[in-house]
Amino acid sequence: MFAPLLSSKLMIVLIFGTLFGLILGVLPGLGPTTGGALILPFTMTLDPLSAIVLLTAIYCSATYGGAITAVLINTPGTPAAAATCLDGYPLAQKGEAGRALGMATVSSTIGGIFSVIVLVFFAPLLAQLAYEFGQPEYFALAIFGLTMLASIGEGSPIKNLIAGAFGILISTIGKDFMTSIERFTFGVNELSEGIGFIPVVVGLFAISEMLTQSTLLNQVFKRVALKAVKLPTLFDYKKTWKTIIRSSGIGSFIGVLPAEGGTVASLIGYSEAKRWSKNPEEFGKGSVEGIAGAEAANNAATGGAMVPTLALGIPGSATTAVILTGLIIHGVRPGPDLFREQPEFLYGIFGSMLIANILFFIFGFFGAKIFARITLVPNKLLWPMIFAVSVCGTYSLSQSMLDVWIMLFFGVIGFFMRRYGFSVVPVIIGLILGELVEGTLRQSLVIFEGNWLLFLTRPIVVTFFILSLIALAFPLLRKKKK
Amino acid sequence: MSNVQKPKGANKSLPFFFRDEFKVSFIIIFISIILLITTFTFDIVPPILNRGIQPATFPKGLLVLIIFLTFIVYYLSLNKPWKIQKKLPQSFFLTLLSFIVFIVISKTLDFFLAISLLSVFVSYCWGERRIIYLILVSIIFPIIVFVFFETILGLRFPPGIITNIYYQV
Repeated sequence: MFAPLLSSKLMIVLIFGTLFGLILGVLPGLGPTTGGALILPFTMTLDPLSAIVLLTAIYCSATYGGAITAVLINTPGTPAAAATCLDGYPLAQKGEAGRALGMATVSSTIGGIFSVIVLVFFAPLLAQLAYEFGQPEYFALAIFGLTMLASIGEGSPIKNLIAGAFGILISTIGKDFMTSIERFTFGVNELSEGIGFIPVVVGLFAISEMLTQSTLLNQVFKRVALKAVKLPTLFDYKKTWKTIIRSSGIGSFIGVLPAEGGTVASLIGYSEAKRWSKNPEEFGKGSVEGIAGAEAANNAATGGAMVPTLALGIPGSATTAVILTGLIIHGVRPGPDLFREQPEFLYGIFGSMLIANILFFIFGFFGAKIFARITLVPNKLLWPMIFAVSVCGTYSLSQSMLDVWIMLFFGVIGFFMRRYGFSVVPVIIGLILGELVEGTLRQSLVIFEGNWLLFLTRPIVVTFFILSLIALAFPLLRKKKK
Repeated sequence: MSNVQKPKGANKSLPFFFRDEFKVSFIIIFISIILLITTFTFDIVPPILNRGIQPATFPKGLLVLIIFLTFIVYYLSLNKPWKIQKKLPQSFFLTLLSFIVFIVISKTLDFFLAISLLSVFVSYCWGERRIIYLILVSIIFPIIVFVFFETILGLRFPPGIITNIYYQV
């Protein structure tokens, strides 16, 4: 598994990716998705394996990095670390910031390594299953992915569905890939090729976050001092090992489902930790079980989310959507054929994720104090710099100013979407899956000679449609239960 | 994370057309209807070239779905109105204005100048007053980014009054 990584260049990429990911994770507002999108243009100078190793290292370490800010300044560095604030910060306020970060580091590493094992075993199995899939099955799978996203993603399911449909609609802009008929180009020649993924993702994540930060200028962070990260004691291990294993399983499972990956996983991991705990009353007041539950789950979601991404080409989270784009722009087509034709490429990804989890443990353990200082960079300096990188990165892809305008446009759209409770993640997933949804639908209709009812004659399609209906009904049932 | 809360009775005192849920739903439906009308102008392919459905059918279906779902969102909001926590501050509008100024300057004068001016403007509006940091953010950092993209990625930036000087040197 590590043979493809035995090159000094890949190890440098891996170390750089892990460090860069930690910085992204520590800075509130940035994170693996925005960071991955920002660095995507730079990966064009790398070979495909190095590019994906870089992106996956960023994914793993940024997911952990969010915990440092969550514990020390009560602000999650990434949305996936939101649940870590609940107990991490109260424990830090008690003068035990080192213990809180130690528990976050250990449980993140165990969760991350657990999920890589899940990835190694389940991705090939899922890819094997995908050999049975024809066009109708892929169409049903994509629909299932979108309904799951609406169902268990953050916020209102109906708003998530609207956002997903909006994402798919964006993918229809430009020449129809089957008939070359222009759609929604409004006479603009540059739009014939469609809207690129990078301007949309940088706009929706980085620029909309910049606008959000412009509304939070008066926010004051209360920083807790950190002397050193402390490894958990034997007592802490005894108290939390079951929670860590349970949350690792939950996180990996949630990661496999097309949803918002680590964010949802950490919330479920945290609430399950509380439900099973012998001391639920300690939660919210600095419980190490709470930290372990949230952190093991959000890092376990990283490997889980890579399972459908590599096996089916369906992203399991927003960040894996960026990684999927990285694969596509480097000419790597995820799916069953990838497992048959380029196993060494996949081993490289698996191995790099495993090493990234070990690296962020080392960097986190010895360098958390230094990374925590990065949060001292004021937003009034940081965001103009991010703007400069966003603009140049977006322009660099096709050297078109239109891409920059599109990025700014989606930045404004993204800001208002978030303000009114629409998640931007379904837009990205919809944009990625748009061509798959439309392409497989139309090819299926060609196979079925236009008879829509023939979809119901395929057992896998029917199964996915039933699962989609259950996914749509799930939020209603959950509400009723409450 | 969303900053929308839905307590009962929130925002209910306003006439319906002033409420956020109405304004947002109206804008989504209005734009969707315009786009739906646009789909009727798409070329129609002859049946022999038609791959399953006409090119306009799929976007039409999506837009109808968006309109339908937006009606549901609005209907649900009648019982559970949204509440926006606070009004947008001046710094937001200034940042938005800086985007417009960026577009105008990068189109007419220079790409680098536009980045530089936006950086200094945003940084100043967000409260930075120290000259050295303003220079760092508006001149030194954009130069580093420009040189990096130009040399590592081999990028050619669009011509402009400052960029032309850089390329001549």
